[in-house]
Amino acid sequence: MGLLLWRIGVFLGALGPLLYWVYQAEQMALGPDPGKVLLENLGQAALILLLLTLSLTPLQQLSGWRGWSLIRRQLGLWSFSYASLHLLGYLAFVLGFDVSHLGTELQERPYILLGVAAWLLLLPLALTSNRFSMRRLGRYWKPLHRAVYLILALALLHLLLIVRSNIGEWLLYAAIGLLLMLLRLRRFKPVRIRR
Amino acid sequence: MLIQITPRSACRASEITAEATYLSRRRFLANTGLLLAGAALPGLAPGAAPRYEGVTPAAAPAWLAGKLPDTRWKATELPGETITPFRDASQYNNFYEFGPSKTDPAANAHQLPTEPWAVVIDGEVGKPGRYALEDLFSPFTLQERIYRMRCVEAWSMVIPWLGFPLAELLRRVEPNSKARYVRFETLKDPEHMPGMRSHFALLDWPYVEGLRLDEAMNPLTLLAVGMYGRVLPNQNGAPLRLVVPWKYGFKSIKSIVRISLLAEQPTTTWQGMAPQEYGFYANVNPNVDHPRWTQAQERRLPSGVFSPNIRKTLMFNGYAEEVASLYAGMDLRRHY
Repeated sequence: MGLLLWRIGVFLGALGPLLYWVYQAEQMALGPDPGKVLLENLGQAALILLLLTLSLTPLQQLSGWRGWSLIRRQLGLWSFSYASLHLLGYLAFVLGFDVSHLGTELQERPYILLGVAAWLLLLPLALTSNRFSMRRLGRYWKPLHRAVYLILALALLHLLLIVRSNIGEWLLYAAIGLLLMLLRLRRFKPVRIRR
Repeated sequence: MLIQITPRSACRASEITAEATYLSRRRFLANTGLLLAGAALPGLAPGAAPRYEGVTPAAAPAWLAGKLPDTRWKATELPGETITPFRDASQYNNFYEFGPSKTDPAANAHQLPTEPWAVVIDGEVGKPGRYALEDLFSPFTLQERIYRMRCVEAWSMVIPWLGFPLAELLRRVEPNSKARYVRFETLKDPEHMPGMRSHFALLDWPYVEGLRLDEAMNPLTLLAVGMYGRVLPNQNGAPLRLVVPWKYGFKSIKSIVRISLLAEQPTTTWQGMAPQEYGFYANVNPNVDHPRWTQAQERRLPSGVFSPNIRKTLMFNGYAEEVASLYAGMDLRRHY
């Protein structure tokens, strides 16, 4: 029961920002250029959720609590959802749904290409996150889902190329990403999982 | 000698709304109240009565209050275009000295002391010196100019500025024959400008901008001290800023403390940091994209999520008639 509440809580926690931003945008509380703010917020949420997803394994290893791994698929799917809305926001607010510009954008702006590549890699991971796919893919499932490390690198590079006047925020995300990778390099003592 | 050239974009005297129509009874009563208050409080002089909806009133400093009665209101207008609400123009700013986000300047700029203020004028001029703002400013009549403001980030606003042509100031300080460029510098005051204290800021301070002398002398180029009929809010560049309406917004440098006339082209802040993205000229040009986004269109703010206000960007931001000749024969793809 406790773990079910935990999973519902995480669901609501991840959904909350989206509802709040849509409400703010509707109320014009995001300032005079809400499309831009919404676009940035959605991308930021996707990255934070990706970092949270990647922090669950180290957290589980450090704490031994089963709850961490129980929300991994959920957070991964949330990251994909925010990334998809971020992409949709780009198509709507930047291109105005005029996809004829998309070719030029992909050719001339590397950060767009990186962002699209990261989303295209996330897509098969989201589609194969269910139990049925896990069974079907068997021993191939894990190597496929290791693409998440590449996705994190692409997402961070994508953000770095958009930085204009201050690099502080990017450095924070990159440092957390690096820490999460370093934690995977060292072997943890196996912790008995409490049931 | 005053040569007055009326641009085609200006309105005719016959188009001016009669003041009686303009002032609703309610507003008239409010103004009367303010007039009475003005007698008691010099800061709230008659001109301080809000001329636009939703303007946060501010006490005009003495050097400005005395000028407001003689101001030429609506010296230039933009028929058919809606003036951006004061709230948006004053709450959505790029002023990196106060922080990297659009809301940082409005949150932080109130800390900045803008009085007393002095401007150093030096370089290739006959009358160099350190001028107190009120002295610098005293010979000129204020004008209100309603200009489009196009940010390099592909958003735009329409703002009623209060100021005087930069050319009038430059003539008084007598540039010599060697002067070919004008360099401007923003205040560098980390104590009151939290963005400057960030260790992760990529910009070099102080912020520097520049114009070719003929651009600086163009009648459109304005030195602004106010907007929306009131003194400039700090986040909009108080007490003295440049407004160059046919160039991207970052050319319109804020909170100026130094104006230098130079023989050589100065290195400017954004151009120095990312020359492949920001040129010295930075003329609004829908045909030359920023490497990271298109400049062919712009979001005229406010632009809602469910009611986007996207429009095509105009060459020289719609001021081609007045300024295109400055760039005759130049390759604007190379000199972006």
